[in-house]
Amino acid sequence: MKFLLIEDNIQLAHAICSRMGFDGHVIDHAATIRDARAFSATEDYDLILLDIMLPDGDGRDFLKHHREGKKDTPVIVLTARSQVSDRISILDLGADDYVTKPFDHAELEARVRAVLRRRGGVSQTVLRVGNVEFDPVAGTLVVDGTALQLRNRELRLLELLINAPGQIFAKQKLVDRLFSYDDDVSENAVEVYIGRLRKHLKGSSLSITTLRGLGYRLEHE
Amino acid sequence: MSNSVRVSGSLRNRLAITLIGGAAILAILLFFVVRAYAAQIAQKGQDSILGASATSILDAAVIRNGSVEVDFPYSAFSILNTPSDDRVFYAIYRDDRLLSGYELLPQPFLQNGAQQTFVTTKFRGATVRLTRASRVLVGENLRTQVFVTVAQTQDALSVTLNRISRNVALFGVGFFVLAALLSFWATSKTIDQLTRLTTSITRRGPQDLTPVSKPVPAEMVPLVASLNTLMDRLDQSLQRSEDFIAEAAHRVRTPLATVRSYAEATLQRVSKEENRQALRSMVRAIDESSRAAGQLLDHAMITFRADHLDRQDIDFADLVTDLVRGLTPIAEMKDVGFDLQCDDSVKVSGDPILLQNAVRNVIDNALKYSPSESVISIFVRAAPTACVVISDQGPGFPVDQISQLTDRFTRGDNAMGIIGSGLGLTIAQDVATAHGGALHLTNLTKGGACVTFSMS
Repeated sequence: MKFLLIEDNIQLAHAICSRMGFDGHVIDHAATIRDARAFSATEDYDLILLDIMLPDGDGRDFLKHHREGKKDTPVIVLTARSQVSDRISILDLGADDYVTKPFDHAELEARVRAVLRRRGGVSQTVLRVGNVEFDPVAGTLVVDGTALQLRNRELRLLELLINAPGQIFAKQKLVDRLFSYDDDVSENAVEVYIGRLRKHLKGSSLSITTLRGLGYRLEHE
Repeated sequence: MSNSVRVSGSLRNRLAITLIGGAAILAILLFFVVRAYAAQIAQKGQDSILGASATSILDAAVIRNGSVEVDFPYSAFSILNTPSDDRVFYAIYRDDRLLSGYELLPQPFLQNGAQQTFVTTKFRGATVRLTRASRVLVGENLRTQVFVTVAQTQDALSVTLNRISRNVALFGVGFFVLAALLSFWATSKTIDQLTRLTTSITRRGPQDLTPVSKPVPAEMVPLVASLNTLMDRLDQSLQRSEDFIAEAAHRVRTPLATVRSYAEATLQRVSKEENRQALRSMVRAIDESSRAAGQLLDHAMITFRADHLDRQDIDFADLVTDLVRGLTPIAEMKDVGFDLQCDDSVKVSGDPILLQNAVRNVIDNALKYSPSESVISIFVRAAPTACVVISDQGPGFPVDQISQLTDRFTRGDNAMGIIGSGLGLTIAQDVATAHGGALHLTNLTKGGACVTFSMS
């Protein structure tokens, strides 16, 4: 997926880029509205992440201009304003959703996924490995011609593993990715989801192996 | 508001009293002037008859054989007949000698050259009007002056005067009543302009700080102009403080977001458990402070708006449906589903911003305490009162604390480990109360918390 991030705080932008890159997305970063216009004029993005307070203007103006230009790229606004009236005006201007800073990356991902799914665009992100087809946006998994709908945590877990086949993921890392920081969960909670994925992947060319003391790894036969 | 305004009299009363007082003085003045004028005219009527009577007596005086003879006609007195049987007195003098009549009748002095004079005087205990006239008779070797005095009591005149006074008084009272009615009308017409201005300002929504644009009478222009200036200043200062809050929130939240992002990214890389624990605590602390800041701002906004609800006619079912749609991605992260059931149309009159905030806080709460892969049921009902019932499958409220949970900064004993500010339910309750409703917390028998947010 190709995203455009419009954010003037370089460090925050850097953090978002590295996190999103980690999940296999390509991100262009614009720090000003001027740059953002230049980027969006030359490239087609799957989604735009837009900050509101920018050095050369208000992000909402960019949004308005963007929508007036008959561009229907989904837009998620990153806002430090939390008042309901601000949120409403943001949605009225044609944003698809918003997250309030500071945000949970998992929440941002969830919102990105929801927006892309709602827009119903043909997903170009279907991953095909052997006899497995995985659509992380729609959350569908097709194993040997049989389709099934994944639950959200199963989906995120599979997405994580499938993007880095062969890599070992420690249990604790998986806990951090699957659960929010206010859920007090033990590492064992991951085992439940690994177990489910294994069941879903039965009969496929993919398997999840346990490396005692180290974690899990997705392997391709 | 009006209880803090000190009242000093009433413009309406003051104006009415001034106008009615003026009318009363005018009516009394009118009474006296008209009565005096009428009395004068009546007096003139009596005088001319008295004068005619005296003249006809004088005309009858002749000199015959060297002596003066007065053979005055009967009509000289009959013309003085009145319905009140006024008494008539007379005296005829030839020079200083009484020829006939009452000797004691006063003889006012005739000015040089004057033929006749009138006076009002007392005679025999009654007020009389008296005239004295003279004529010079010239005969052979004789030149003499005859004086005739005729007086008449004033009973008939005073009867007439009384009648006139009564009529004039009646007229004066009529005038007064009419003037009083007119003053009431004029007063209420004048005050009406003020009332209309007051109504148009009172009827405004709390956010409406636009200047008064309706035309007003010239006298009210300074008042309205300063009102407009005040509203403009208020608007600007509200705008400034809103901008300031937005800017402050931005300044605080953006670096927090940076720190949080870095902490999360670092968490992916470090493997030493104590470092990971520290990073997790950091992220939680950031979440806690940003949530608290947000809730405090929301609470402040709600306290401000609850006094001046910006009521609109809205469909409560639509509002809740939109909210649920917005929260679905977050619920999905925990694999929590929403079961939303709405009555067809739940029309309410309320402040949409406040209602959204309140319901969002209740659903947020349910989300936080919901176990993974559970369902939150949301029912929007139109009857008996518009309400939304939100129930989860979490641990439920601690039974012994259930009545205190809506107090500010109070959190249940089972909130351990769950991030929150203790303001969510307070906000929801404040909004419900502002809309004439209530927030009810109960536990379901099968487990889980149930919150009913109702409006009047």
